[in-house]
Amino acid sequence: MTAEQIVFLIVALVTLGSAFMVVTTRNLIHAALWLVATLFGVAVVYALLNAGFLAVVQVVVYIGAIAILFIFAVMLTRKDARDSGPQTHKNWWVGALLAVASYLGLSALVLGWSGSSKAAAGLPSGFDAVGQLGEALTSPNAYVLPFEVASVLLLAALVGAVYVAFNRK
Amino acid sequence: MDWTFWLEWVLKGFVLCLVLLTGFAYLTYYERRALARMQNRIGPNRAGPQGLLQPIADAVKLFFKEELTPARAYKIVFFLAPIVTVVPSLIIAAVIPWGTSFQLFGRTITLYVADINVGVLYLMSIASIAVYGIVLAGWSSNNKYAMLGGMRSSAQMISYELALGLSFVTAILLANSMRMIDIVNAQSSWWFVVIQPVGALIFWIATLAEVNRAPFDMPEAEQELTAGYHAEYSGMKFALFFMAEYQKMIVICAILATLFFGGYLGPFVDKFWFLGPVYMFAKVFILLFFMIWVRATWPRIRYDRLMSFGWKVLVPLALAVVFITATGILLAQELNNQLYFWAIPFVSIVAAGIAVMMIYRELRRKAYERA
Amino acid sequence: MLLEYIAIAVMIAVATLIAFIAIGLGELLGPKKKSEAKSMPYESGMNPYGEGTRRMPVRFYLVAVLFILFDIEVVFFLPWAIVFRQLGIFGLIEMIIFIVILLVGYVYAWKKGALEWE
Repeated sequence: MTAEQIVFLIVALVTLGSAFMVVTTRNLIHAALWLVATLFGVAVVYALLNAGFLAVVQVVVYIGAIAILFIFAVMLTRKDARDSGPQTHKNWWVGALLAVASYLGLSALVLGWSGSSKAAAGLPSGFDAVGQLGEALTSPNAYVLPFEVASVLLLAALVGAVYVAFNRK
Repeated sequence: MDWTFWLEWVLKGFVLCLVLLTGFAYLTYYERRALARMQNRIGPNRAGPQGLLQPIADAVKLFFKEELTPARAYKIVFFLAPIVTVVPSLIIAAVIPWGTSFQLFGRTITLYVADINVGVLYLMSIASIAVYGIVLAGWSSNNKYAMLGGMRSSAQMISYELALGLSFVTAILLANSMRMIDIVNAQSSWWFVVIQPVGALIFWIATLAEVNRAPFDMPEAEQELTAGYHAEYSGMKFALFFMAEYQKMIVICAILATLFFGGYLGPFVDKFWFLGPVYMFAKVFILLFFMIWVRATWPRIRYDRLMSFGWKVLVPLALAVVFITATGILLAQELNNQLYFWAIPFVSIVAAGIAVMMIYRELRRKAYERA
Repeated sequence: MLLEYIAIAVMIAVATLIAFIAIGLGELLGPKKKSEAKSMPYESGMNPYGEGTRRMPVRFYLVAVLFILFDIEVVFFLPWAIVFRQLGIFGLIEMIIFIVILLVGYVYAWKKGALEWE
């Protein structure tokens, strides 16, 4: 095993462990904090994969914005921020079945792919990952349409949030 | 990868932390002396010559203060919140270049900890993590005032983060790179503050709000708001919040110097490597003086006005500045005429002037309605 | 490239260590005289009443939503800002369309009073 693999295993274990804590802990704020740990673990995995831009964006958007939104949302709900009552739904086995099925399906897909057993080729020196990403996002023969549609999605989210918050008076 | 790499990283990280800690201690002294001068007083002058040992005396005193944890606090988070606040304020400095490089024992030692190709985005990500310490401190204290103060401060920080991010974009547009070293080198002929003064100003205002400095210092509004998120903290934990604020001041001035004031560049810096940190120190010192000056001059702004200013003035203005910069650069490139490039500062200043006029008219209208 | 991130990780470790040492020294050296009055929540000297944490106004939530949207917009700006010289006027127009769509929502929020704090 190389050092990189060991680091990956540790990070993966921490990520999964905190993901488990998110669903089991009773205190909602603690759950949000464990979620932050999970998201941070994913960011480290991105950094291990040489995707520096994605790693940092993961921190900016998911930890810096979305998890903050969760915490604000918890704070405006109940005064105790503590969950009581059963933690499993009566249909929990359907969810478990679906999770196992999708896990098996994904593993079958990955194992069937010839590239999964090969080590990734190193990036050529001087490779400008962020520049390539910018070109892919905005050049007309790549992903410009999804890029513009993303702003419509953001608009819908914004209008929805304002409507829900202000039209119930 | 051999052990000398690790040694270099640990030493660099340690030295940088140490520099920031010393900087924090002496910044408090600098601020107290400068404020005192502006208010026609003398300031601390008892401990040591000219009061130079005052920060050390303060630190020793703080170590001997009692650490209180309120009975109803959420203990673990209450303990972690100051750490979560102070760690980002230290590690954000990792990507700032303090100079070029020098030779030591046949190795090239660079004067930065990390040179990642998304340096500016790294700054943004650490700035957004800094919100956690504050919101968690407010929540875990289990105290009405602390909670409200924490929410207020964090809402203020995330609101001004947008304008901050957009002013980063203007610097990236001008430098055509997110790497801090490239941004510094792109300023070898003109500092970016000359080309985009409004961008630098927006950065300045947004960061004042980001570190809760005057005139946006809600957490220090003791008379009207019972301090803020750190109302329940005492001893070293309180000192850590205080430390984080002052370290962020230093780091922000260093970032401003790097992005808009030419970083470590200066005369003869390519001949003598040690001039880089010297120039950087001089620039940070001067910029810090402006921060202190602002505190001595402006009264605290009301919270509703603070939020309105962030959302209704700074965000649109920063967007306009980004597009003015991009358009100017593109027109100069496509039409091959440098005149368009030099129109950027003037058009930006006009945009800022329009924003100021609109604020003025709005305030006049409100005053008229009240009367 | 990965090396640079390891350097940052080392720095995080050093910074955390410093924070723990500071708090540890404070706990070690400071006096420990607990009393009931001291560990009460601070409410300017009055006896505290009610819960410490209570429901927050919905405005904070709205600010967070607005922040996410514009934060994502800023993140989209960054890769564009690096290559916009190659893309030319076309890239600029694209970005303007992107922003104008978002600005529609911004104006809606403004008109609805989501940005007012009075």
